[in-house]
Amino acid sequence: MTPDNTTTARHSDSRRPARRTEHFVADVSETPLQVTDRVKDEAAPLSLWGEAWKNLRKQPLFLISAFLILVVVAVSVFPGFFSQIDPTSEACQLANSDAGPAAGHPLGFTQQGCDVYARVIFGTRSSVTVGLFTTIGVLLIGGILGAVAGYYGGWIDSVLARINDIFFALPLILGAIVMMQLPMFRTNKTVWTLVLILVIFGWPQIARITRGAVIEVRNADFVTAARSLGVSKFGALMRHVMPNSLAPIIVVATISLGTFIVAESTLSFLGIGLPPSVMSWGNDIQAAQASLRSNPMPLLYPAIALSITVLSFIMLGDALRDALDPKARKR
Amino acid sequence: MSTYILKRFLQLIPVFLGATLLVYFLVFSLPGDPIVALFGDKPVNEAVAAKLRMQYHLDQPFWMQYLLYLKSIFTFDLGQDFSGRPIAAVLGEVFPVTARLAIMALIFEAFFGIVFGLIAGLRKGKLFDATVLVASLVVIGIPIFVLGFLLQFTIGVQLGWAKPTVSSAATIPDLILPAIVLGLGSFAYVLRLTRTSVIENMNADYVRTATAKGLSRFQVVRVHILRNSLIPVITFLGADLGALMGGAIVTEGIFNVPGVGNRLYRAVLSGEGPTVVSIVTVLVLIYCLSNLLVDLLYGWLDPRIRYDS
Amino acid sequence: MSASVDFQEAGYATERPLLEIKDLAIGFTTSNGEVNAVRNARLTVMPGETVAIVGESGSGKSTTALAAIGLLPGNGRVTTGQILFDGEDISNASEKRMIELRGNSIGMVPQDPMSNLNPVWKIGDQVRETLKANGLPSGPDDVAKVLSQAGLPDAGSRAKQYPHEFSGGMRQRALIAIGLACQPRLLIADEPTSALDVTVQRQILDHLDKMTTELGTAVLLITHDLGLAAERADQVVVMYRGQVVESGPSLELLQNPQHPYTQRLVASAPSLASRRIQAAKELGVETDDMLAPSETGVVEPAKSDDVLQIQNLRKVFKLRSGLGKSTDFTAVDDISFHVKRGTTTAIVGESGSGKSTVAQMVLNLLTPTSGKIIFDGVDTSTLNSKELFAFRRRVQPIFQDPYGSLDPMYNIFRTIEEPLRTHRIGDKASREKKVRELLDQVALPQSTMQRYPNELSGGQRQRVAIARALALDPEVIICDEAVSALDVLVQAQVLNLLAELQSRLGLTYLFITHDLAVVRQIADRVCVMEKGKLVETGSTDDVFESPQQDYTRALLNAIPGAGLMLPPEMDVA
Repeated sequence: MTPDNTTTARHSDSRRPARRTEHFVADVSETPLQVTDRVKDEAAPLSLWGEAWKNLRKQPLFLISAFLILVVVAVSVFPGFFSQIDPTSEACQLANSDAGPAAGHPLGFTQQGCDVYARVIFGTRSSVTVGLFTTIGVLLIGGILGAVAGYYGGWIDSVLARINDIFFALPLILGAIVMMQLPMFRTNKTVWTLVLILVIFGWPQIARITRGAVIEVRNADFVTAARSLGVSKFGALMRHVMPNSLAPIIVVATISLGTFIVAESTLSFLGIGLPPSVMSWGNDIQAAQASLRSNPMPLLYPAIALSITVLSFIMLGDALRDALDPKARKR
Repeated sequence: MSTYILKRFLQLIPVFLGATLLVYFLVFSLPGDPIVALFGDKPVNEAVAAKLRMQYHLDQPFWMQYLLYLKSIFTFDLGQDFSGRPIAAVLGEVFPVTARLAIMALIFEAFFGIVFGLIAGLRKGKLFDATVLVASLVVIGIPIFVLGFLLQFTIGVQLGWAKPTVSSAATIPDLILPAIVLGLGSFAYVLRLTRTSVIENMNADYVRTATAKGLSRFQVVRVHILRNSLIPVITFLGADLGALMGGAIVTEGIFNVPGVGNRLYRAVLSGEGPTVVSIVTVLVLIYCLSNLLVDLLYGWLDPRIRYDS
Repeated sequence: MSASVDFQEAGYATERPLLEIKDLAIGFTTSNGEVNAVRNARLTVMPGETVAIVGESGSGKSTTALAAIGLLPGNGRVTTGQILFDGEDISNASEKRMIELRGNSIGMVPQDPMSNLNPVWKIGDQVRETLKANGLPSGPDDVAKVLSQAGLPDAGSRAKQYPHEFSGGMRQRALIAIGLACQPRLLIADEPTSALDVTVQRQILDHLDKMTTELGTAVLLITHDLGLAAERADQVVVMYRGQVVESGPSLELLQNPQHPYTQRLVASAPSLASRRIQAAKELGVETDDMLAPSETGVVEPAKSDDVLQIQNLRKVFKLRSGLGKSTDFTAVDDISFHVKRGTTTAIVGESGSGKSTVAQMVLNLLTPTSGKIIFDGVDTSTLNSKELFAFRRRVQPIFQDPYGSLDPMYNIFRTIEEPLRTHRIGDKASREKKVRELLDQVALPQSTMQRYPNELSGGQRQRVAIARALALDPEVIICDEAVSALDVLVQAQVLNLLAELQSRLGLTYLFITHDLAVVRQIADRVCVMEKGKLVETGSTDDVFESPQQDYTRALLNAIPGAGLMLPPEMDVA
């Protein structure tokens, strides 16, 4: 272990005389000495969220997706503002069955003779409702359980990890199919039934993401510093750990919102989701499937609406991921 | 390595038991007479109902029912479906079709996903990269049944390049279009995963060191960037095999493929509870096995994992 | 020695420089436009010579070196100037030409041994591909030979192992083997040992020295440590903000620095400063002890007692291994020491010595397995939650990583106010006044209050951390590697601040560090830890002058600059 001193200093090494003696000094006026570690106070103070927002504002992907989402939400809240035609089956006239576009009916008619445009507009609400409320439910359950497991660790974490594994073995659609054929869910299906079932099978993913994010933050020095200031363990979780874990959770929640909308329409399309009496894009696509070859338009338009909505949420999540990237934050 | 495999295997047992217990509980133990419910809207056939009660040991306590159910799974004594055929035989008929479809989808997504992802990653920020990135988002964003109809209608019906529906034999040429539809979502995911991973590895210190050794660009990419980037991708592909088999319901429905998903779908619509439970259980089993496969692959690809145990 | 050295000594005038960098400028294209990282860089490396580039982070030292081997990041390029390698301008050479040169003409030893070996290939494979790419024989024996020359014992079987099975020092030896495998004429060594423990650092540098001398390899050494540069190199080039400010023979530069920046660097470099104190003590010259407060301090501590008593402290961790089994790992093994009020006690040790575990236990963040920590006469393990809350006011930490110790979501005002709010001290207005005072104390402008941590530099963040620690008027501050991550000049500034605060406020410091050079500058007492045990303790002067243990001696020897003759006094410019 004791270092050998004989080979260390080159200057005592007679084999290597310093051969060059040139001593260069740069002009001090060209290389002025600056105050060590001066605070740069030219720019306005910027929080992390402020910085993320600044980046986001310049991203076309974000602007497009945010605009589309605003439109979709507006349509789902005030459908009557976008279409005055009654799209329900009672108002449809079989005489119009599979008719093409006509005045006041820009997208033509379904096989039932309903106005396609009106159905697309009025079908928006169920998709948005399912997506939004499933996400809220999943965030509440998965977020709380994941945060507790990640922060406190121990047996809670172990139990949750096993439960998580079990739910992962049952994919969302598969689980929902099994649930949907239960006697208690077969009748009286509403949008809320679907929300419930999607939450039951959707929360593990958010729990896993939250757990990972919390674990990454919980050992940070600023959490230890807060604890040694006298902040309680729970206080440190709420004040420091959670705010710093939010970014990845927000990203995944945004993308999940899109996937839940897909799940709703897929289940409705399979005929085990929303009952046919509820207007939804999935139901319309299913209804239009039979006449696909003769009249593809009633299938195409709700499909386009569905795709654009889902795509908007996924694009928004992608843009958020870029803006909130934890690696970029460390500088 | 052997302790690692053993550990992974042991960890799967509670997952399998938990998932099957969950499914069993959902179907047979929630309020309402499950047997009556199994008939759905059809009139209850007392003879069949009695047989089913026997078969599912509904006179026994819950945990006993579950254990007997497990035993029936492992002895392949799965009972009969409503038309009186043994469920095991039905599964033997439909599983090979879905396996063929899933493997074809896997090959498609792996090959194109890795190739496109590698090129996009190496050319980060260039036109190809930007195009592929947006295109992959679009593919991920469009629901699979929309994609299915779109391709079925354009390629199958309008262009006539492929048969819009699959024959009962479900031959490999028949399955090309459904396999592409089934694999498209994962293809986009593999592409993005490969790209991210390649970009991460390109900036890794050991890649710079490899360049400093005097290796050519091609050698650096092949030996250091590609090999390291494939670890997460292959891990994903392994897990995806299980997901593809379970997720083929929609694709099989659209193209009328006589596979597991199609059978499951019909079983759900007609309320054949026992068939539903059996199929879901087998799918869970496949999921568990493909996860084990992933762990093995992971250990094989990454020496750090291999020696960790 | 080979004949080539004789040739070199025959005459310098006729010799052509191996590497000559002339008026080099390097630009990076970023989202904020073109940034000039290096301007007017100039340096010359003669065959067989060692030249060191010294500078702080962001000085452009690594960028300059990377340009010489054509490894600038994708967005960087040489904008003007020349890089002449053996007379050939390679500043904008084709990739094909650079591939020819890399490995067998210009080799590289990178900085971080943990990230520079590919984790999925065996060590032997990574050496073999180097030999193969440069057209050298690459059988198992050749690989083993290259590795054993780099000082790797049992090279034949080691070659079959993966990087994660190697220690940091062994990995660095493997990287040296790779860098020198093809006997290049120039070796670029980018901070080759700064990620390693100090004693290992010295062994590796000695070995690298020996190998390059034997092979007649010229070395371009990149380092932040002026002492190390002067000790290892014939010529030193000092870079500051992308420019070369001074260069010359190392001893000349050290004894007679001309540029104000070099003068500051010479005055602040901890290795040099500690050597200087040592030299002064040996000559019997009275120093101001540089930074440590003198005995006749401004504030005489009210009670000159032991504010902290550590008695037979032990901490055993259970490590999980395999299926449900666990093994005990003793991180801290039966250590005892006292900390006098108003003084600085340093705990020194390498990674894994248990020094940070001690800090965590003193802070009452970890429970000791056995033993006692007595703070101001009270055993801290007996505190109930209310007493613990009161204890937290009196003992505060400052952590190493200035990027991790401040919550990125909190602005500086909230960060410094948090301890006051937590302890319900004052109202909003009085708290704001206090925060302003604290910022003054740590010499930050009051306008910093509105800023967020990501807008501040490492040194500024560390000042904020100090202000937060001072908010509750504590008696003891635990500094866990508090200055280790900072650049030399900033480090000196923060150390000065800490010393000033101590003499003004009568603070007691427990200073956890791996850097003996820093200890020499600020500590009154030293505790040396090795593998969980306390191997030596005593006053700083005693430990530095007459170390009793081999391990302490090894640590002391590892401070760079042992062989340098320095004048005892150095005016800080």
